[in-house]
Amino acid sequence: MYATTYHKPRTLAEAVALYESSDEPTYLSGGHTLIPTLKNRLAAPQHLIDLRAIPELSGIAVTSDTVVIGAATKHAAVAASKEVKAAIPALAGLAGSIGDVQVRHMGTIGGSTANNDPAADYPSAVLSLNAILHTDRREIPADEYFQGLYTTALEPGEILVRLEFRIPDIAGYAKFRNPASRYAMAAAFVSKHRDGHVRVAITGAGNEGVFRWTEAEERLTENLTAKALDGLAIDPSRMMGDMHAPADYRAHLVTVMARRAVQNLGGTHIV
Amino acid sequence: MSRVTITINGRAETREVEDRTLLVQFIREHVGLTGTHVGCDTTQCGACTVHLDGRAVKSCTVLAAAADGAEVTTIEGLADGQTLHPVQQAFHEHHGLQCGYCTPGMIMASVDIIRRHDGMLDEHTVRHELEGNICRCTGYHNIVKAVLDAAEKHRAAHAVAAE
Repeated sequence: MYATTYHKPRTLAEAVALYESSDEPTYLSGGHTLIPTLKNRLAAPQHLIDLRAIPELSGIAVTSDTVVIGAATKHAAVAASKEVKAAIPALAGLAGSIGDVQVRHMGTIGGSTANNDPAADYPSAVLSLNAILHTDRREIPADEYFQGLYTTALEPGEILVRLEFRIPDIAGYAKFRNPASRYAMAAAFVSKHRDGHVRVAITGAGNEGVFRWTEAEERLTENLTAKALDGLAIDPSRMMGDMHAPADYRAHLVTVMARRAVQNLGGTHIV
Repeated sequence: MSRVTITINGRAETREVEDRTLLVQFIREHVGLTGTHVGCDTTQCGACTVHLDGRAVKSCTVLAAAADGAEVTTIEGLADGQTLHPVQQAFHEHHGLQCGYCTPGMIMASVDIIRRHDGMLDEHTVRHELEGNICRCTGYHNIVKAVLDAAEKHRAAHAVAAE
């Protein structure tokens, strides 16, 4: 890791002011992507601004309609939350399937969502559940937030403060993991919203990161069964291909994961 | 540079360290406790697992400056004098190690697992929750046996304590 200066602001205003007055700053949350990146000298921020001590970024609040999670909330806290488990069990299950125990004790929902790794879990829930992303300056709907690999609508210096999930009628998450890295090679988050619409978000597979599989959404809105997806394929040219899985295999996995998510509505299916 | 104070195994340790210093470097190189190992240095193998404010974390992926004011327990903090911690004892009895390199991390992760589940563990759960700790010698079999045995003794001890 190159030399850097660590800061731990206590307020949003202090964090933003530090960002704006520093040369080459970066925000730090759980650090479980950023610190390995720094150790490999793939990034060299001169200032690390740790967001975890800012009170607005912590806490989980559940109402009859929404689950609101502070951006610095750790995966383990979401996975263990009785309120989240009751409101959106697939979301708690997703959080409990990220990385491993130690990673879940440090990694945060905001860090994962701001980083937008194409194989990360949370972006699929954010997009499928049509979440609203509250920042220090505005609200961003999920459909406008994800803009390709590691790219989001967040402006330089903008801080993701909390994520507001609409509680769906029901949701399911299915993931096929790379057995070594445990990142998703393909995963599907399927949710039926209270207005009757089904949203299907795919992560781990798309060559532009998380995306909505609209053809599957149309069929599942008509008929929310795995059978409704029979014969539906996805174009391999939209898929990532790498040493772990070629694009046509990932395209196949997407169809299997979507079916499994539907078959496991109200929970998860992780292999 | 930052002045960082971390309470390690009950003792406050204050050092002036570079801000890029990792928690594992603070523990090993600045405080001199070398029981915590660095295996992969990429957040995968779990050899560097310690407890940070009571939770198992990979100390190669935490900045020492971010742990300022925290309480850390390392493998050196488990035994009571010459008496091994029950999880250490179980690893010894079941031969849950061969070369021993991963063992400090395995034991710290296992203590965390047993505590979070109040000792209510089955083999599947132990294997699942040890995903973040890699052992290249044992094939995990005796490690899992050791954790299950320690979990059972934890339950028994707490049942007695409750009576």
